[in-house]
Amino acid sequence: MLSQNSDGSQSAIVIQNLTVQYGNILALQDVDLQIASGDFVGIIGPNGSGKTSLLKSILGLVKPKSGHVSVLGMSPQEARSQMGYVPQTTNIDREFPITVREAVLMGRLVGRTGLFHRYDQADHTVVAHYLRRLEINELTDRQIGQLSGGQLKRVLIARALVVEPRILLLDEPTAGVDAHSSSEIYELLRDLNQSMTIVIVTHDTMAVSSYLKSIACINQNIFYHGGPNLSSDLIMKVYGCPVELIAHGVPHRVLEQHDQGDLRC
Amino acid sequence: MLEAIMHYTFMQHALLAALFSSIACGIMGTIIIEKRLVMMSGGIAHTAFGGIGLGYYLGIEPMTGALGFSSLSSLGIAYLKRNSRTNTDVLMGMFWPLGMALGILFISFAPGYPPDMTSYLFGDILTVSGPDLIYMLVLDAIIVVTVAAFFDLITVYLFDEEFGTALGLNMTFMDYLTFLLIGLTVVVIIRVIGIILILALLCVPPAVARMHTNNLKKMMLMSILLGVVFCLLGLWVSYRLQVASGAAIVIIAVLAYFGSVGLERMVAGKTRPAGVRQSTPGNL
Repeated sequence: MLSQNSDGSQSAIVIQNLTVQYGNILALQDVDLQIASGDFVGIIGPNGSGKTSLLKSILGLVKPKSGHVSVLGMSPQEARSQMGYVPQTTNIDREFPITVREAVLMGRLVGRTGLFHRYDQADHTVVAHYLRRLEINELTDRQIGQLSGGQLKRVLIARALVVEPRILLLDEPTAGVDAHSSSEIYELLRDLNQSMTIVIVTHDTMAVSSYLKSIACINQNIFYHGGPNLSSDLIMKVYGCPVELIAHGVPHRVLEQHDQGDLRC
Repeated sequence: MLEAIMHYTFMQHALLAALFSSIACGIMGTIIIEKRLVMMSGGIAHTAFGGIGLGYYLGIEPMTGALGFSSLSSLGIAYLKRNSRTNTDVLMGMFWPLGMALGILFISFAPGYPPDMTSYLFGDILTVSGPDLIYMLVLDAIIVVTVAAFFDLITVYLFDEEFGTALGLNMTFMDYLTFLLIGLTVVVIIRVIGIILILALLCVPPAVARMHTNNLKKMMLMSILLGVVFCLLGLWVSYRLQVASGAAIVIIAVLAYFGSVGLERMVAGKTRPAGVRQSTPGNL
């Protein structure tokens, strides 16, 4: 049931009336969102706005209270072999005794539950390919704690890519990474976008106009979804104040001209 | 001591008990410290005391009671950890003494003169019997085969459970399986080191091994070896000085840990230039 958009492209992800609640805390309310196949969409919003909950709903990691999520016409659980997930690096225990290769190999476990499982030659070939593609092949035998923040992100991206997904979902792919590494990561994602749909959750407004094809602004519900032109008006709505944009030293073209007097917060 | 080992069955039993308990401890201890389940394991161990009490009360083998109690409580704790909003710390604060309380209750109901519980609480490697050894061997075999069968899944479960779920792997099952194996491990080592001292033999060998390897499998093997060394040294000290073996093993293990940390600091201090941090920082 791939739904047809008005321009003839198909939707990779269709979310209808999605409500997610943790105990008494409402994370998402009546969210409707369609993400077109081949899109590079950024989900932006303040802390606690439900960005990560939305991503996890698409992955089938949180159970919705009501509503419906469909990924490539399937339920999120059925579509898992089609999705690559890149979590925040803060979720990762950097002390864990595991090398880059072993961490990336994990992605090859998709859908496999057999006893006495061993990775085969094909698994190693795919892993070697993506380690080269992400330019981390020289770090293969390092323990993951001996990597920089940017290198660890690449490892997690490689781990998602060896799933060979049609949709890549990334939670804050550039949080805690310096400006140079983060533009490298965006360049890479733009490249990958030629062959897969990409959804990122981000605070990083630098990326918005330069790399993303569309954005979805969220604060419990979606209130903007469309082209990546962050007007100061929109930023006011998203964050309640423009501090976030200015603090990052964003190139001027990202920001529309705004009236200094209106922006007290 | 060698002569004693040749001549006395109890010394041979002690030797085998050291080996068998170290196998379970090395493998499961590694899993426990990497998944940060130390307190949970302590809780499971203490509920086993209830089973020992029940064993005396019903007139069955106390170790069978311990096995039943620790298996059920491990699954129960896994269930509560997944499904309740209660802080797991609080859960442990309840399960831990509840097991002990039930044990005491059953023992006071048991007919006849109350048995001496010291060897279950503090362990006594010199009184391990033949049937005890068979118990330990069977449980060891279950633990080794299960961990080998699920090794790649266990690695994902330990490292990044959420990613495992996103891959479509059944992490809930891994949770229950791991807890059940912890329950079995507790039973394997009760006779050697006792319920109260169990955590030392679970934590220390993998913690020392962790300083010397970045590989999960090697960490398990090294932990087994260290466990054997600690147990045998403890046995020797206990034999020479006529002190409780469980206590001797724990003290040696903990001293070895601090010795290992000290040694690492010294080596790191000599080979690394000043100002370079020796541990890998969590920040960027």
